[in-house]
Amino acid sequence: MGAKTLYDKLWDEHVVRVDDNGTALLYIDRQLVHEVTSPQAFEGLRLTGRQPWRTSANLAVPDHNVPTTEHERAAGIADPVARIQVAALGTNCATFGITEFGMGDHRQGIVHVIGPEQGFTLPGSTVVCGDSHTSTHGAFGALAFGIGTSEVEHVLATQCLIQRPSKTMLIRVNGALGPGVTAKDIVLAIIGEIGTAGGTGYVIEFGGDAIRALSMEGRMTVCNMTIEAGARAGLIAVDEKTIDYLRGRPYAPTGDLFERAAAHWRTLVSDEGAAFDRVVDLDAASIQPQVTWGTSPEMVLPIDGRVPDPDAEPDPVKAGGIRRALDYMGLTAGMPIVDIRPDKVFIGSCTNSRIEDLRAAAEVARGRKVSDRIKLAMVVPGSGLVKAQAEAEGLDRIFTEAGFEWREPGCSMCLAMNADRLEPGERCASTSNRNFEGRQGQGGRTHLVSPIMAVAAAVAGHFVDVRAL
Amino acid sequence: MEPFKNFTGVVAPLDRANVDTDAIIPKQFLKSIQRTGFGPYLFDELRYLDHGEPEMDCTNRPLNPTFMLNDPRYGQAEILLARENFGCGSSREHAPWALADFGFRVILAPSFADIFFNNCFKNGILPIVLASKVVDGLFEQATGAVPLRIAVDLSVQNLTLDDGTCIPFTVEAGSKHGLIEGLDDIGLTLKQVDAIRAYEERRRSDAPWVFIGA
Repeated sequence: MGAKTLYDKLWDEHVVRVDDNGTALLYIDRQLVHEVTSPQAFEGLRLTGRQPWRTSANLAVPDHNVPTTEHERAAGIADPVARIQVAALGTNCATFGITEFGMGDHRQGIVHVIGPEQGFTLPGSTVVCGDSHTSTHGAFGALAFGIGTSEVEHVLATQCLIQRPSKTMLIRVNGALGPGVTAKDIVLAIIGEIGTAGGTGYVIEFGGDAIRALSMEGRMTVCNMTIEAGARAGLIAVDEKTIDYLRGRPYAPTGDLFERAAAHWRTLVSDEGAAFDRVVDLDAASIQPQVTWGTSPEMVLPIDGRVPDPDAEPDPVKAGGIRRALDYMGLTAGMPIVDIRPDKVFIGSCTNSRIEDLRAAAEVARGRKVSDRIKLAMVVPGSGLVKAQAEAEGLDRIFTEAGFEWREPGCSMCLAMNADRLEPGERCASTSNRNFEGRQGQGGRTHLVSPIMAVAAAVAGHFVDVRAL
Repeated sequence: MEPFKNFTGVVAPLDRANVDTDAIIPKQFLKSIQRTGFGPYLFDELRYLDHGEPEMDCTNRPLNPTFMLNDPRYGQAEILLARENFGCGSSREHAPWALADFGFRVILAPSFADIFFNNCFKNGILPIVLASKVVDGLFEQATGAVPLRIAVDLSVQNLTLDDGTCIPFTVEAGSKHGLIEGLDDIGLTLKQVDAIRAYEERRRSDAPWVFIGA
């Protein structure tokens, strides 16, 4: 038998049957459920009289709509439509026997933070969720991808999905990152290199020394934004860091079974000589801190860059895109990135709200003050457990002393479904994953950065190289 | 799902690349727990000049005169013509729900984002990938004084333009069959109950940790 990629191994291990037309029925080990993309799926079960195939394969949590202020948490969600949706998740989970970490549960948080944190995400498993950032879980050597609501219902009812194999891409980030350059900068640089559609039709495996050197949190950041490069799933091979992270987590196996599982997990790497459909090499040392300037994550530049000039772009569709982005973002061609001044700063989201992100951000914030020019700077931990850990380490005090607001966990201003949003024309330095028009509030302008670059911008009042702070 | 029937429809040209699902249906409308009623809010931020909220009556909202769906030529369009990477971003199925609710049944583009592409077939929408040059030509024709009409024949996988030009297209056999028959995927999968159970039994023995505590 020939050398296999990690993706081939995961795929082969989950095929239930192959149909005559080339599609496969793929077994899904785990499903994460949140309030926004599940109500119509549960309604579908109700209408057809179907039951979940395996209730314990699912874990639910409200995250998109939940408030992040203590006051609104205690008083109940102010927005009546959001309140109904969060309540519907609770009712649906109770009706169908699915475990839910409700809004009052100390384990509540962003679905892609709590899956790994609970050990619900395991290497070698298939993990799905009605959310495109399910790619996050690929950091554990799990085949994890986002699905639509019809497929959420399909998985609930059958524990399977109808799938076709993807092409495979290997992105090697060789060498070592410089100081002040993070996992977020790696993935933004990759998206800048291959484009937002560069990974369409592929599953991307990330490898190379710089990836191996990342913590599990950093690996999750990279895999999280695989979808922004167009690929549904990202993968990172299992190593001892993966296994150590999972030991002792509530949903992970224990004792001898853990060791037996770990022995299998250690095989979850691409074999020497395995063939990929495309290979991309990046030099880690050449990656600088990144800042997006436009309305697509591929519109990204190093901190010392200048906003591009549409007249210099030969492709008319691309030139039109640059022109529209500059207009929407209120920027002029040729302007230095360091001259851009955010109004708000958001540290959070499934990309960058884990303990390591908060530690790194706090290290930069320590002893400094948020600039008077900044209207609001907020830190939203990814989960109740991350929040508790950060408070135990005193990080909350560092942030609040610097002038940041310290909030309750949720998706928050990443997509602004709750009260946390930008007003029209406001500009944000954000550690989230999407800078689309209106993403953080209608008319809002988003610049994606790493947590330490967000703190640096908050302190300086404009984007600045964190290494020069 | 309603079976997909061949039809002839007007083409609405949306001339921008990387149209994301946030643009197709903004986040505030995702709070609905229904599958229907999203059509009036399709492309809400591009289509209206004010801020849209769920359950808002759209009949008297100020329209953005420069957005193509507000052009009388395209108001009844059933075919959407788009650029590269259409439907990128969030996995929200509310995007195809909104497109279908508005009346779109076919989307033509040089490329689509994977999750969106897949979601279309679950909702009776046929997404068709065409060569960039072909799409360029269609944009030229669709923006003329008289809107372009295309006859869509899924059974023989052909588009026929007003002027008689035929454009063949490809579609995966399984997806095509599902659209034409209006099949219920879950019902089909549940015919494989024995195979799923046999797989699961094997998996329980090979990887019991998957089934522990969860």
